[in-house]
Amino acid sequence: MSENAIATLTLASPEEVAGRHLAHHFDTPQQQFDSGKLGMWLFLGTEFLLFSGLFCAYAVYRMLHPQIFIYASRYLDPVSGALCTLVLVTSGFTMAWAIRCAQLGKRTGLIIALLLTIAGGFGFLVIHGYEYFEEYQQHLMWGTHYHPAVNAPRQQVVVAKSGAVGGSWSQLDQLGKQGYLVAHSNIAPAAIGPAGPALAQQPTASFTAASVTAAAAQPHNVQIFFGIYFLMTGLHSIHVIVGIILLTYLLVRAIRKDFGPGYYAPVDFIGLYWGVVDMIWMFLFPLLYLIH
Amino acid sequence: MTTTTAEIGGHAWEHAPIGGNYLNEGKGIKSWLFTLDHKRIGLMYLISGLTMFFIGGMLAMVIRTQLLVPNGLIFHGSYEAYKHYNQVFTLHGIIMVFMVLVPIPPGALGNFVLPLMIGAKDVAFPRLNLLSYYLYVTGAIMAVVSTLLGAVDTGWTFYTPFSIQTETYVVWMVLGIFLLGFSSILTGLNFIVTIHKLRAPGMKWFRMPVFVWASYATSIIQVAATPVLGVTLLLLVAERVMGVGIFNSALGGDPVLFQDFFWFYSHPAVYIMILPAMGIVGEIITVFSRKPIFGYKFIVMSSLAIALIGFVVWGHHLFVNGQSAEWDAIFSFMTFFVAVPSAVKVFNWLATMYKGAISLTTPMLYALSFIVLFTIGGFTGVILGALATNVVLHDTYFVVAHFHYVMMGGTIIAFIGGLHYWWPKMFGRMYNETLGRITCVMLFIGINLTFFPQFIVGAEGMPRRYATYLPQYQPYMIASTVGAYIQLAAFVLMAGYLIHSLVRGKKAAANPWGASTLDWSMASPPTTGNFQHMPVITQGPYHYEDMEYDGRLGGFVHVEPVPALAGVGSEH
Repeated sequence: MSENAIATLTLASPEEVAGRHLAHHFDTPQQQFDSGKLGMWLFLGTEFLLFSGLFCAYAVYRMLHPQIFIYASRYLDPVSGALCTLVLVTSGFTMAWAIRCAQLGKRTGLIIALLLTIAGGFGFLVIHGYEYFEEYQQHLMWGTHYHPAVNAPRQQVVVAKSGAVGGSWSQLDQLGKQGYLVAHSNIAPAAIGPAGPALAQQPTASFTAASVTAAAAQPHNVQIFFGIYFLMTGLHSIHVIVGIILLTYLLVRAIRKDFGPGYYAPVDFIGLYWGVVDMIWMFLFPLLYLIH
Repeated sequence: MTTTTAEIGGHAWEHAPIGGNYLNEGKGIKSWLFTLDHKRIGLMYLISGLTMFFIGGMLAMVIRTQLLVPNGLIFHGSYEAYKHYNQVFTLHGIIMVFMVLVPIPPGALGNFVLPLMIGAKDVAFPRLNLLSYYLYVTGAIMAVVSTLLGAVDTGWTFYTPFSIQTETYVVWMVLGIFLLGFSSILTGLNFIVTIHKLRAPGMKWFRMPVFVWASYATSIIQVAATPVLGVTLLLLVAERVMGVGIFNSALGGDPVLFQDFFWFYSHPAVYIMILPAMGIVGEIITVFSRKPIFGYKFIVMSSLAIALIGFVVWGHHLFVNGQSAEWDAIFSFMTFFVAVPSAVKVFNWLATMYKGAISLTTPMLYALSFIVLFTIGGFTGVILGALATNVVLHDTYFVVAHFHYVMMGGTIIAFIGGLHYWWPKMFGRMYNETLGRITCVMLFIGINLTFFPQFIVGAEGMPRRYATYLPQYQPYMIASTVGAYIQLAAFVLMAGYLIHSLVRGKKAAANPWGASTLDWSMASPPTTGNFQHMPVITQGPYHYEDMEYDGRLGGFVHVEPVPALAGVGSEH
């Protein structure tokens, strides 16, 4: 093959590439790109609005029944939640890196960054899936499926294991033996339910079986919290799965050498979507895991 | 590509290359099913929508026939029979709202006309447009499937707790409507981007026709309100499938929250239905009065005002449902407030006609009917928005009459007017004008005869949604049913002459009505690419002094070179 042929193959200018991807009803690649971007932003706006219904339900029920949220949120593991956050934020960074690589035409970098982003998505799903599994095992579910074997949130179990609580908590011991319940948290005893503020001021060492029993008296309708929790995180996880599918599509096209300085709109737009999926989690994490 | 220009001054009204237009460029069923042309997609929406309108209309006939006698003519005597009546009016409502009124004016007329009006070759995302159509079809099919499995009997509002308890196939229906909602979002998104990014050179914001502005306001509501319906319906599905308890008081949830969520979408949704209708009426009135529209900017801004205020009135559906008195007062005030921009429009239309050279063509008769019927519907809406009267009239036939005047007398009448107005552009044929006018008068009489008696029985206390009623209401109910039959006859007549026009109709000129907007600047029907030359716009949308009727063409032509529509050459 002559030098010339190779040169024309590899050195198609960005303008030529852009022209090849120009749809018939647009005048310029810039107009096409701007249209796509505006459309994407509008779509992401509708995504926020889709979640807004759930945020609204959250706000209504938290305002009406703060004790449920304070009580039930102790069941969720902030460490696991924080890990999810870390993984998603990192994948957001690698996604931004992928967009940059696409713009600069660095194919290898693009492929690596996309792979890392996909890995982040899977990592999130695995960590969160494990949380779901734990909650399922403890019957910490929505509606009529909520009937935990032990009426005690996670941090109380930690207290129990640390030896400050006396005899009658064999159930807790049993759960402790399963390992995962006591594995994650060093957080001080929680402010729990109506009796919470008083308890929170007591040092861990003087935590008695009687006070734990008082604290363990759970408010009515705790299942509402778990209903909202599963709906919000579930809808979000569906978005993560869709994101992974879209990223895989990008990966295939990246391997096919579709993207470069002249044409990177899909990477840019799906990157925006991924950013919004990240951002929604940024709201979900404190609202669900970090209630005081 | 050869084009012939038959007019003096030349470049504005073009004829298509002989024989070539969007209807026959590309043959076979596949060229339709996979088309990306906004005009063909619009046409497919039109056919699907009219099919659904036919089904919904037949259900209405069943309802009206049932109510001919106090004990019910069709369903009577048993719990099961009354349940069937519930299923019939529920399906009527769901089909008319979610499959006709919300998607069809934007989907059929908007799709066809909007890109033509702003000088675009297509909508911004043609594939998304096609996807949106197929989501509509899929949603409609799911609704049919759920009907066959066990028709929903909740009313179109799906109020909890009954929608959680009923044994009918709510989940199927609700998921179908979720898809319809998604379709609606994508259409709105497509139109917003099209209007922002694909206007022809010189088509400034305030040079857009009022129908484009109305579509823009509609699209804003579609994009901003429909996602909330989506999540509400998903919650209802979660409620039924998982027993999540958000709307179930037995599990600590709040059924009224469902009503708030539902109406947060569904009240703005009535403006999704009425705004395109108002846009259509604006176009028709200015053309057939031969006068630029009066108060153009006020009409434009009132569309946006309706869209925005429409978001903060939903609580007027909950006046008797345990809402606090303070919120009642606020929502009542906002409801009065949203009547203002609607009234601005009506006054501007009247002022447009004042001293105009009015010709009472079929589209114009529909526009005039719209003004009368919509005004009645609007004023009774204010009566319902007032707290004291609402408590009395809530859930009576007064409400039924009110929203049928707005939906049937407003949206459907304007839509049919628009269909007649753009029919020559869509199909290149003229329909029988005399039959068109007769049909419009029949519909006007039929609608009033159907729904006006319902105001009276409603004010006397007859509740809505009941399969039976007290004998004292029978004369009104008979009148109402006769009115419905007159409407049916009118629609049959309309179907007859419209279909006849497709085969035998006189060929339409490029601009049979003498409209000055861009959608009439190409041949009828248009070619696939819409414009032979990219138009350049130098003035506002409405100007009638520079055209006159040419009997040989059966349409209007420009009488002097028009600076507004100068071609910019063939390099485009």
